[in-house]
Amino acid sequence: MALPKQAVFPLSQHIGAPAVPCVAKGDMVKVGTKIADAGGFVSAAIFSSVSGKVAKIDSVIDASGYRKPAIFIDVVGDEWEESIDRSEELVTKCDLKPEEIVSKIKDAGVVGMGGACFPTHVKLTPPPGSKAECVIINAVECEPYLTADHSLMLEKPEQILMGVSLLMKAVNVTVGYIAIENNKPDAIALMTEKAKNFPGIQIVPLKVKYPQGGEKQLIDAVIGRQVPAPPAIPIAVGAVVQNVGTAYAVYEAVIKNKPLFERIVTVTGKSLANPSNFLTRMGTPMSQLIEAAGGMPEDTGKIIGGGPMMGKALLNAEVPICKGSSGVLLMSEKESLRGEEQNCMRCAKCVAACPMGLEPYLLAKLGEYADWERAEKEDIMTCIECGCCTFTCPSNRPLLDWVRLCKNTVGGIIRERNAKK
Amino acid sequence: MNKLTLSLSPHVHSGDSVSKNMRWVIIAMLPAMLWSFYTFGLGAVIVTVVSVASCVFFEWAINKYILKNDKCTVCDLSAVVTGILLAFNLPSNLPLYIIIIGALFAIGVVKMTFGGLGCNLFNPALAARVFLLISFPVKMTVFPEVGQMTAYADAVTAATPMANLVQSNLWDLFLGNVGGSLGEVSALCLLIGLVILLVSRTITWHIPVSILVTVFALTGLLHIAYPVEVATPWHHLCGGGLMLGAIFMATDYVTSPMTPKGQLIYGFCIGFLTVAIRVFGAYPEGMSFAILIMNAFVPLINNACKPKRFAKEVKK
Amino acid sequence: MNTILVAVIVLGVTALVLAGVLFVIAKQFAVEEDPRVGQVAEVLPQANCGGCGFPGCAGFADACVKAGSLDGLLCPVGGQAVMTKVADILGLSADAAEPKVAVVRCNGTCEHRPRTVVYDGAVSCRIAHATGCGETGCAYGCLGCGDCVAACQFDAIRMNPETGLPEVDAEKCTACGACVKACPRMIIELRNKGKNGRRMVVLCVNKDKGAITRKACEVGCIGCGKCQKVCPFEAITIANNLAYIDYEKCKLCRKCEDECPQHSIVAVNFPPRKPKPAATEAPKAASAAEAESAAKAPEATGTPSSQTAPSTPNTQKS
Repeated sequence: MALPKQAVFPLSQHIGAPAVPCVAKGDMVKVGTKIADAGGFVSAAIFSSVSGKVAKIDSVIDASGYRKPAIFIDVVGDEWEESIDRSEELVTKCDLKPEEIVSKIKDAGVVGMGGACFPTHVKLTPPPGSKAECVIINAVECEPYLTADHSLMLEKPEQILMGVSLLMKAVNVTVGYIAIENNKPDAIALMTEKAKNFPGIQIVPLKVKYPQGGEKQLIDAVIGRQVPAPPAIPIAVGAVVQNVGTAYAVYEAVIKNKPLFERIVTVTGKSLANPSNFLTRMGTPMSQLIEAAGGMPEDTGKIIGGGPMMGKALLNAEVPICKGSSGVLLMSEKESLRGEEQNCMRCAKCVAACPMGLEPYLLAKLGEYADWERAEKEDIMTCIECGCCTFTCPSNRPLLDWVRLCKNTVGGIIRERNAKK
Repeated sequence: MNKLTLSLSPHVHSGDSVSKNMRWVIIAMLPAMLWSFYTFGLGAVIVTVVSVASCVFFEWAINKYILKNDKCTVCDLSAVVTGILLAFNLPSNLPLYIIIIGALFAIGVVKMTFGGLGCNLFNPALAARVFLLISFPVKMTVFPEVGQMTAYADAVTAATPMANLVQSNLWDLFLGNVGGSLGEVSALCLLIGLVILLVSRTITWHIPVSILVTVFALTGLLHIAYPVEVATPWHHLCGGGLMLGAIFMATDYVTSPMTPKGQLIYGFCIGFLTVAIRVFGAYPEGMSFAILIMNAFVPLINNACKPKRFAKEVKK
Repeated sequence: MNTILVAVIVLGVTALVLAGVLFVIAKQFAVEEDPRVGQVAEVLPQANCGGCGFPGCAGFADACVKAGSLDGLLCPVGGQAVMTKVADILGLSADAAEPKVAVVRCNGTCEHRPRTVVYDGAVSCRIAHATGCGETGCAYGCLGCGDCVAACQFDAIRMNPETGLPEVDAEKCTACGACVKACPRMIIELRNKGKNGRRMVVLCVNKDKGAITRKACEVGCIGCGKCQKVCPFEAITIANNLAYIDYEKCKLCRKCEDECPQHSIVAVNFPPRKPKPAATEAPKAASAAEAESAAKAPEATGTPSSQTAPSTPNTQKS
């Protein structure tokens, strides 16, 4: 993917506190220069993906739909920081200690690349009392249409495996699993072949069933353990889960001293001329990728950042690519509109579809009638917002809209209650 | 390019709709319907057409003039399904005005007063059948003989096999060469309907199988104990409204439980009640009452039988 | 005859016994309650709306009796009249509080604020708020899904389908605050009704920079500060690119309304202004044109700027 004319870096590309800019208007930066420091423990640094001059620190509408502060850099040339090793040579030896590995990951601003963008160094630092037993790599890519992880596995299998070894070393485990869905047989074959050179890593093919890539479903499928309801996290059952793109970013960060500033993005859609995967520098506006994939189709009704099940509908195409942007999906007008909403006919298809064993029809009704107490009792906080319920509902009810609202409100009530204690 | 659409995830839909599900139910009812036309002739056609037309008409009229809704709910075909099911419960020589009253009760009282599709507590067709049974006991329990192709109101009637189940011919009961309500006579056609429903994934196996197995087991035990008074379990399965109730009435989405465990309990209780009424009660036919009684318990069953939550018992 | 007598005697005795049991139980399990709570509860409007901040009228009555004074306790539905009655029962004094009304501080009608995307989802402001800016470029403006309308128990707020904004009926509004809580963007505020129902309001809560606000909405406040400079009573504060009029300090002089370049400040319930003399119009105009423009002026609906504005900003005529 060609370089953009101006790269935009929102300060909040991860879960946790927004990053704090460490450059000012007029500063010259190179590719790989740090432009924002982490804003707290649960936060990550941001690095420039282009070389040029900082134009302004202003705000931009990002994937959340709201204007958020961002750093704008006018691109001049393509000069990289000298510390980055740009050679293509594969390195499979690393003598760093676990703490040093985690420190390098933190300094490179690596976050979860699956979409949630949780700062990786925080995940690799288990809270006191919990111990990691294995590393599970999420190469499932269960969202339909997206193929970024698939293409990464086909092009850089050994680097990924090395990244996984580094992750395993960082949390002191000897067992690593890479889970891939059965609809990618070439990736499974290639990775299994290359994994023979890396001790302790096992490739696990999984059944194709959305949401197989959901963290809890993945852990259950790979090691047979179920993570309890929040506030429990996967480390409670000894699992550290990372996206396969994150594993690759860890390899680049630790071995090649390359901070996180580019990623593979899938640009796709039924009416698009050349749907493709692009290795994109972060900060590139999505419109540029859409142009490169054949231009915005005339009948575009929706632009989605991410996949069709859990992605966010965007207000315009100028949203910049961020650390968690795995895909840009263009939907036609016909596909974009929802059907007319009807009464719930109690068919229980949503109950059958829910991977967490919840009753979406009930939770949605509780959300509509603001019955927060009962919603909490009905375990609404375990909902992973996968969207299976709304997908199957024959009455076209916006179940997830209400469940999400109810979940956010109940979450706020619980936080307030805990703060008072 | 028009304006973009903004909505929350998910952005795709399975394409399923209420009318699609109702269409499959209608297709599953076709074998029984066609058989009823074949055995009962003109009467069956008149009763079915009038029943469906009245149900659709009442739903449209109530929506437009009483509830003043802009949306037309007739297009979701649920009124058509209710109409056909109601017809299945009626004899083929029933006067028109009784059919229309039944349709009015089913749609107006049982369905629309509670709030329309999805809000009714009781199965509309079944509640209407019971209402008509109580209001017009003679006309509802006198059934024409088979094979009268052009007779309607003037059909020659005969007693139904349920009055004397022990001595009826099992093969006739299974095929449907006996008198009875339009839809309940042919166990074979109803079973074909069950297969259609299961293959099209419109219903799951839990309710029909649990009802049939329960009835089979209980009547089997009773038959062994009292072989003269109680007919064989096969007779009980094929006779009367058991198949119709188990396959089409009890599996109605709105009035049945939401979880497999709940459905099995529901099915078992219906089977138990049906056998109790048939063998020990005053009515020869117990299915309708059993289902209606269990309909009332469905909210409690839903509360008690929740689906298995992820990680409720932590697997190790 | 005997059977009737027996039936009457049996029923009569049963009734007496049961009545006796009920009497004993009522006495035994009677709850000691201050009788004044019941008296106060009786004079309350019985709306049980929670506008006082207590659970229902019974809760408010309880709080009034237990509290030492009526400071800070107000029934917004019954207003001063009811508080005076409560004060009489309890032997306390009730301060007169300024009557308040709910004000929707947004004038982003479909004309002023173009819709750039279409929202397709559950019709709820809280949910639409989660999608981002909403259907327009303004991240702070009204979403038009009617959560406030649903929250109002007094039918005092209605959605206007043409403008896409809710309209408050000041006669019915009891300032209970339900709509204020329902709005996810905190657009509705309880402000003083003002003398003769007149009040000055900045109809905007947009905190974006001026350039962004202007692009999104024709009548959005850009925080230029002109109103603050001209206000003789220091009633206006500017913070986060937004002007705010303090209704306690405002004396209704209307100077800010004239100054505002965006026509964000609106004077509600004022009589129409006398038209300015024609000498301020372009001198090139012939006398016929002058007479014409002078004749047009009295049609102004309240502000002279309405002749230049694309449409009347005065959408609230309550």
